[in-house]
Amino acid sequence: MREITYLEAIREAMTQEMERDSRVFLIGEDIGEYGGAFQVTYGMLEKFGSERILDVPITELGLTGAAVGAALIGMRPIAEIMFMDFTTLASEQLVNQAAKLRFMFGGQSTVPMVLRTPAGSGTGAAQHHSQSFENWFVHVPGLKVVMPTTPYEAKGLLISSIRDNNAVVFIEHKLLYKTKGEVPEDLYEIPLGVADIKREGTDLTIIATGIMVQKSLAAAEELSKEGIDIEVVDPRTLRPLDTETIVNSVKKTGKVLIVHEAVKTGGFGGELAGVISESEAFGYLEAPIIRLAGKEVPIPYNRELERASVPQIEDIVEKARELATLKV
Amino acid sequence: MTITKEQAADYLLQMYQIRAFEEQAEKSYMAGKIHGTMHLSIGQEASAVGSISTLDPDDFIIGHHRGHGLTIAKGADLNLMMAEFYGKENGYCRGRGGSMHIADVKGGNLGANGVVGGGIPMAVGIGVGLKMQGKNRVLQAFFGDGAASAGAFHESMILAVLFQVPVVFICENNQYAMSFAASDWTTSKKIAAMGENYGMPSASTDGNNLVEVKEAVQKAVDHARSGGGPSLIVNDTYRWRGHSKSDRNRYRTDEEIDEWKEKDPILKFRAYCKKEKLLSDNEADTIKEQGYADIEAARVFAEASPEPKVETLMEGVYAP
Repeated sequence: MREITYLEAIREAMTQEMERDSRVFLIGEDIGEYGGAFQVTYGMLEKFGSERILDVPITELGLTGAAVGAALIGMRPIAEIMFMDFTTLASEQLVNQAAKLRFMFGGQSTVPMVLRTPAGSGTGAAQHHSQSFENWFVHVPGLKVVMPTTPYEAKGLLISSIRDNNAVVFIEHKLLYKTKGEVPEDLYEIPLGVADIKREGTDLTIIATGIMVQKSLAAAEELSKEGIDIEVVDPRTLRPLDTETIVNSVKKTGKVLIVHEAVKTGGFGGELAGVISESEAFGYLEAPIIRLAGKEVPIPYNRELERASVPQIEDIVEKARELATLKV
Repeated sequence: MTITKEQAADYLLQMYQIRAFEEQAEKSYMAGKIHGTMHLSIGQEASAVGSISTLDPDDFIIGHHRGHGLTIAKGADLNLMMAEFYGKENGYCRGRGGSMHIADVKGGNLGANGVVGGGIPMAVGIGVGLKMQGKNRVLQAFFGDGAASAGAFHESMILAVLFQVPVVFICENNQYAMSFAASDWTTSKKIAAMGENYGMPSASTDGNNLVEVKEAVQKAVDHARSGGGPSLIVNDTYRWRGHSKSDRNRYRTDEEIDEWKEKDPILKFRAYCKKEKLLSDNEADTIKEQGYADIEAARVFAEASPEPKVETLMEGVYAP
């Protein structure tokens, strides 16, 4: 099968959906001639024209609200927020409006929209262009939160998100944009709310999100040389969460390491630990659930400091080895 | 602008229904029958009815937290509306939204909003959608002087002009954002000038004069329908009651409130109807009785309506 990048997979999903469904359109800052800050929408203005590729001035709240309003009358907008850090400016419309209108109007309305945004550190952009806020949105009933980790999933999950009748926060990782993988040329859906076992193993379950899935897979490969057999579970959708796949994996291995880039305190890892503790998997645990996550610090500029502020492959190797070999 | 006898009777009835609804809301609250708060629009009836009277039935409105009057003016079923106010299962929003969040989507009312300025960004998107769908429909987006200071308003003005959306933005300047006086930072004319500066036709009206409101808004609606883009109308009016039930009226005087009561929009319109020989005093009194009777019937309906069942709590968070 042909290989394309994660970035191209996202562009292809949007392009093919726009060709298929005239209700789909894009709205965002510098998504026209510029092609978006990461070139995700490059070429789409030429293809679809300014009637469907709505390039706007700096109006995060305004553009997000415009997407909510259009969705309210049956359109299927895809809003791009250039950096996840700027969802702080958009969150009124996302959290108070998009997430709630259906419920608060007693089911009279639907808000079928997608808010795409790149998250994460590693680009030297420091405090205001590097944050991972997924758990803020996971906390809101009415929203769905998706974090694709491969090109194949980026396309299939985005198509499902566009077709979903709810507001979906679609979180891309900047460092994954250039990664390549096999992606079918046809349209296909990957259902929201279904986790993926990225690697099967028996000694330890690593549950990772976003770019930490790739780092955990690399760590697992490393540890396999030492005879440690690791299972890597990628939830893919944080809300709704596929608890069944997670619980079954924990029951099999009896040990859990949770890895995410977002700051540990109040992060998704706490939720995962809670879900496991409340489930039948609790009785199968042979060790405490361990979280490896972002340090309690704003993302710094200096390369080494930035690197040290989020989990790296060597950190995962060390924690996973420690946990897998722990005798209880 | 000519107003027919039939229209005059309709408008007066709607204004009395609004006044009666708000008075009933207050009474029900005082009687301990209502859980929550409410924002009454007594004194602002001409702004709601005058504005919305310019729309066709398949046009849209989006509202604000003080939205009972707008909802009635858009033709809501009074029973379903009162049932919603009472939090009942057969209310417009199944008792989930309540006073601050009533929507009547089939009737073109896309909903009131609990966040000041919350509906304005959505209005731009609704306008964008209407254009894309090729429907010759118009949206009126209502907000107050409080929202006019919020970022949401300013970002939305810019996008509305950029996309030339078929939207009439209607600021109901009732002089106070909770307790903060509009006169401390602006006037209706200055708010209208903001629209002008952003690049859309704008005007301010005596918002207690239904005929003046209707004339200004009609022009803006025609402009939008003919593809001319957005406008901003500022209706200068006054809320007689406090912001909500917590209001102790510490920020204004009784004299000020009495002065505005002298400018009662309903009495103003009655005087107009009498002068233009559209409605006699007797006819107007009969309409008033009808308005109050309609609301009494809605109260009876609402009080007899079923409460939502707790087992249905989780319904409707997500669309299938």
